[in-house]
Amino acid sequence: MTAKSAAVFRAGRRDDAGRLTRARRDDIVVTGLGASTPLGGDVASTWAGLLDGRSGASAIGAGWARDLPARIAARVAVEPDTALERVAARRLDRCQQLAVVAGRQAWTDARLPRVGEGGIEAERLAVVIGSGIGGVLTLLGQHDVLIERGSRWVSPHMVPMLLPNGPAAAVALDLGARAAVHTPVSACASGAEALALGLDLLRSGRADVVLAGGVDAAIHPVTLAGFAQMRALSTRNDEPAAASRPFDKSRDGFVMGEGAGVLALEWASAAAVRGATPYAVFAGAGVTADGHHITAPDPNGTGAARAITLALRDGDLSPQDVRHVNAHATSTPAGDVAEAKAIRSAIGDHPVLTAPKSALGHLLGGAGAVEAIATVLTVRDDVVPPTRNLDDPDDAVGLDVVRMSPRRMAVPAAVNNAFGFGGHNVALAFHKL
Amino acid sequence: MFTKDIHADFADILYEVAGVDPADAAPEKSFTEDLGVDSLSMVEIALAAEERFGVKIPDGELTGLRTVGNAVDYIEKVLAAA
Repeated sequence: MTAKSAAVFRAGRRDDAGRLTRARRDDIVVTGLGASTPLGGDVASTWAGLLDGRSGASAIGAGWARDLPARIAARVAVEPDTALERVAARRLDRCQQLAVVAGRQAWTDARLPRVGEGGIEAERLAVVIGSGIGGVLTLLGQHDVLIERGSRWVSPHMVPMLLPNGPAAAVALDLGARAAVHTPVSACASGAEALALGLDLLRSGRADVVLAGGVDAAIHPVTLAGFAQMRALSTRNDEPAAASRPFDKSRDGFVMGEGAGVLALEWASAAAVRGATPYAVFAGAGVTADGHHITAPDPNGTGAARAITLALRDGDLSPQDVRHVNAHATSTPAGDVAEAKAIRSAIGDHPVLTAPKSALGHLLGGAGAVEAIATVLTVRDDVVPPTRNLDDPDDAVGLDVVRMSPRRMAVPAAVNNAFGFGGHNVALAFHKL
Repeated sequence: MFTKDIHADFADILYEVAGVDPADAAPEKSFTEDLGVDSLSMVEIALAAEERFGVKIPDGELTGLRTVGNAVDYIEKVLAAA
């Protein structure tokens, strides 16, 4: 396939009345989904958990957590090594294992043939998997080995296991991808940035199929202590399932989670040729930086609003088209209100929100990808999952946030936000086929 | 230790570290060409052998151990000299 020009890509997305038209042959579509999250070992169970408003969070009972101010975590529901070959699993960091599991699921879900068969060339298959922290559990574990036994006993597999590009490289190696293999690192926006980069790889003609997503697996006393020292974590230790409460007046921080999400992206025309059924159109992406503070969000949400506006412009969508926003909303006091401001200024008061971290916890680099999957399913199925624990909505939010039960509503187009320490803002726009 | 015990224990290590079926771990098999054991795994195998047999395999010796039989012979030789 040759490169598509932006002019061709943008042409004729609306009918004469200005309504959105069906997917054109030159749209980029999502054809496969894969995930391993605190709500389930795959997309179906994760999506069911979101619709049911289940919580993936639990108390950390282990002795090492006793002295931590925040003793809550959202661990993946299914241990990733149970889905992998034993020897392969022991050479992969936990985050790499999760990425490989989600990557295989996305590949199978997209009904893509084996690489090298059915027109899928290894040299035209790209992988973009973002991670905020990479193989930090391996690094910390091997540091213990160094201290306890000495340098000779440090694993020869440690370096490839701790590299931030490890998950992307592991997925590429697993599936046989030989085009570009990238790793965006933008803290909790990494997974969403991977999707934005995936869009660019297809548009620029550097790949025909892109597997894009994000992952993190970093639940450890040191990381929990570090985030707690920033006062970023909820300390509602007695009620772990109620700790992540985005947009609620009594929110006090996020719940650290782990998990991976991967999406298969390709041109609609190519998907049609091989008879694949896309989930939704991946219309556009916007990426900005706050330029405000290394960790604190810009209280006015200016950078986030610019990202949303850029995503809409990129996808040739108007604010009126966007009926739903899958919010980044981590449950921190400052972040949630700043995001609400950004949504109101870039889109308006009309979009209906959900905050999936209320159920999933915060999957860090995995969040943007897993939540993009939820957004894609909302667009396809016209249903918005509820936000857990939203008992007393913060008056400063000023938007309709779904709670208690899922809401059935028409969602022609939706935006998914992801922000990261460092002032990174990513907004992704999806619309119906 | 008898050679066959060393061979069996070494085959266990090969299975644990590199997933080599013990039935494939015949003395004449080459680590890289027949069994697909890469250089990182060879380092890990040497460490596991050191734990199991108390025999340290220096890097200079490790690169010379091309087959399963070479490794078992080396371990046996060092144990016999001890």
